[in-house]
Amino acid sequence: MSRRSLAATTAALAVVALSALSACTSTAPPPGGAAGGGPVQVRASDTACEVSVTQAPAGNVSFSVQNTGTKVTEFYLLGTGDRILGEVENIGPGLTRQLIVEVPQGGQYTTACKPGMVGDGIRGPFTVTGNVPGSAEGDALLAGAVSGYKRYTTSQVEALVTRTQEFVDAVKRGDVEGAKQLFPVARTYWERIEPVAESFGDLDPRIDGRDDGEPGVEFTGYHRLERDLWVTGLQPDSNAMADRLMADIRELQARTAGIELTPLQLANGAKELLDEVATGKITGEEDRYSHTDLWDFRANVDGSQAAVAALRPVLDQRDPALGPVLDQRFRDVDVLLEGYRQGDGFVLYTALTEQDKQRMTQAIDALGEPVSQVAAVISA
Amino acid sequence: MTRSGMRGISRRRLLGWTGAGAALAGAGAVAGFAAGESTSDAPADPGGGVVPFRGVHQAGITTPAQDRLHFVALDLTTTDRAAVISLLKRWTTAAERMTAGAEAAPGGAVQRNPEAPPSDTGEALGLPAAALTITFGIGGSLLDKLGIPRPPELADLPPFQGDQLDPALSGGDLCLQACANDPQVAVHAVRNLVRTGFGTTTVRWSQLGFGRTSSTSTTQQTHRNLFGFKDGTNNLKAEDGALLDEHVWVPPAQGPAWLAGGTYLVARRIRMHVETWDRTSLAEQESLTGRTKGEGAPIGQPREFDLPDLGPGSPIGADAHIRLASAQNNGGARMLRRGYNFVDGSDGLGHLDAGLFFVAFMRDPHRQFVPMQSQLARRDKMMEYIEHTGSAVFAVPPGLGDGAYWGRTVLEG
Repeated sequence: MSRRSLAATTAALAVVALSALSACTSTAPPPGGAAGGGPVQVRASDTACEVSVTQAPAGNVSFSVQNTGTKVTEFYLLGTGDRILGEVENIGPGLTRQLIVEVPQGGQYTTACKPGMVGDGIRGPFTVTGNVPGSAEGDALLAGAVSGYKRYTTSQVEALVTRTQEFVDAVKRGDVEGAKQLFPVARTYWERIEPVAESFGDLDPRIDGRDDGEPGVEFTGYHRLERDLWVTGLQPDSNAMADRLMADIRELQARTAGIELTPLQLANGAKELLDEVATGKITGEEDRYSHTDLWDFRANVDGSQAAVAALRPVLDQRDPALGPVLDQRFRDVDVLLEGYRQGDGFVLYTALTEQDKQRMTQAIDALGEPVSQVAAVISA
Repeated sequence: MTRSGMRGISRRRLLGWTGAGAALAGAGAVAGFAAGESTSDAPADPGGGVVPFRGVHQAGITTPAQDRLHFVALDLTTTDRAAVISLLKRWTTAAERMTAGAEAAPGGAVQRNPEAPPSDTGEALGLPAAALTITFGIGGSLLDKLGIPRPPELADLPPFQGDQLDPALSGGDLCLQACANDPQVAVHAVRNLVRTGFGTTTVRWSQLGFGRTSSTSTTQQTHRNLFGFKDGTNNLKAEDGALLDEHVWVPPAQGPAWLAGGTYLVARRIRMHVETWDRTSLAEQESLTGRTKGEGAPIGQPREFDLPDLGPGSPIGADAHIRLASAQNNGGARMLRRGYNFVDGSDGLGHLDAGLFFVAFMRDPHRQFVPMQSQLARRDKMMEYIEHTGSAVFAVPPGLGDGAYWGRTVLEG
């Protein structure tokens, strides 16, 4: 998961996060906001979340969020089941930030301000009217990309359920060695589709949270069981933790079945998976007890490549030079990573030298730059 | 630098034009604005304005030394010459834009497509050009990788006594020296060029510097290094035309052809143990240096620019730093120094990681730098207080004419 445990930035959002410095120089065209033009004004104080208009036509909905309180705040637009459609975080007192969310379908949504960045936030209803064709529906190639990636996600989640069940069963049998073997295998399917999973803001910390010693935050999910298996030995509540993990994974499957993806989510997801590699895997932070970080590294790159591959026909049409560069850079990462293969898996993170980590960083930097251009091409 | 080149122009101002629909097709247009359109409401640039990017020699050598440095050495991650050429073209365009006070690429930090990462990183928005210069150099290892013969002057430096060189702070296929009177402007330049290089180059090492330790123009006062002494009194200066031709610029007859009008850059990261130096008596400090601390005059003379007496019976010790480093002691060899102080935090043992990032330009490192440094390494008592922790040599091609890009003469020659 990401460092920001609740940050799920995959949703169809365009965070034009502007501090005062650049706000006055923005040249972004005004997106459709509330009917009548102009963004929806949000005044976020420590105790209230005043939204100037609670209705907007489908399309790009624009919010201008002003923090009038004394605490750093966040603003979210949530869909059914609290799926995050767009968020802007880290809004300091006195600052105003812009958020543009792509909402192609009419329906009931929820706005939420989160003063102090904790809790469920101060919520209110928000209605989107009408149904404009989303960018995906406007273009057959994009529609094909979305449906193709949706199939990929579905298949990965099915495998995730199966493999996690095997892992959970091993834990509950007290089969520590067996569970250790299954741990990185089950996580592979999670890591491939992590941005999709992260878009369900509440599920990600439960399934993939790390123990950062933060008071009041319960340590659950894969990494809790990882700690039990590798460090502390199985605990009295390990079985209960295993059951909870399985229940959360099944909930993920149910929610994913109804998910509506946009081309922009695919593109941003491809980039975020590489960010995960750079900040979590190459640093060895992700699997700090088992050191199976390279399995996750492989899976993140696989997932990124799958999202880019789904978008490839659109890329080839709009920017023919980008595809070959992406091919080459993904190949470079593959060659590098396969050098660390050991049997069906990989060497442990602890076996890596500084030079190994340097090579990995360079390869991900080289790949991350062109991947970060995909969203621009898709949305152009 | 001409007066017209010193008009103030800021990125914010350029941005305003962009927003108003001005098409900044390329750096030429930006430079045009800088020279001709600077208006009274553009913020004044106390940082020295715009230094011309193109010319007979590269900027950043005899340019009056700016106050801040960000130097980066990079390695190629490919041996594909076309990829290298493509990068050098993109670098040249971005560098020319940034030295004119513009953003690294059209569109910049707050471009129109909110889904795209900005094409400029943004931290220099609203800042003036601040006399930014970006100087480009080529390491011998780059020539080896691309199968281009190394000029003999670009051979690796020999080891010197007392060297504690860290490979992670030494060498490099390419270098970029960004100097400016605003540290954020220099860092912005390097950061954007590094970003452009991902996939073709990777950062090998990088060094920040402050408080120029050399003056490269007679209009500048001599600054002090972290030992508290004036450094570079006898430096070659921009006004020394004939001496520069003799000691700095590579003449066509020396070869190779692609370097005629260029020079060589020697960089040495010199850690200075300031804590032990500070416990040394004033008399000892002055005796080791060969100059007085206050005025910076050679021992036995009253004024800074008085010529040191190095003859028989001189009050300047046989092992004094200025004697060992002097042209008289080194067969007349001189160089143009352009170093900066650094403090890279602390060393984890309770001491500052402080020192001098020595940068010098010369025609032939092996006839100019090497003999002087072997003298210093063997005999200079100041060596007790310093150690060389990084080292690199680069060939610095000549300046660019209109339309030319960095490295064209060597890669397409």
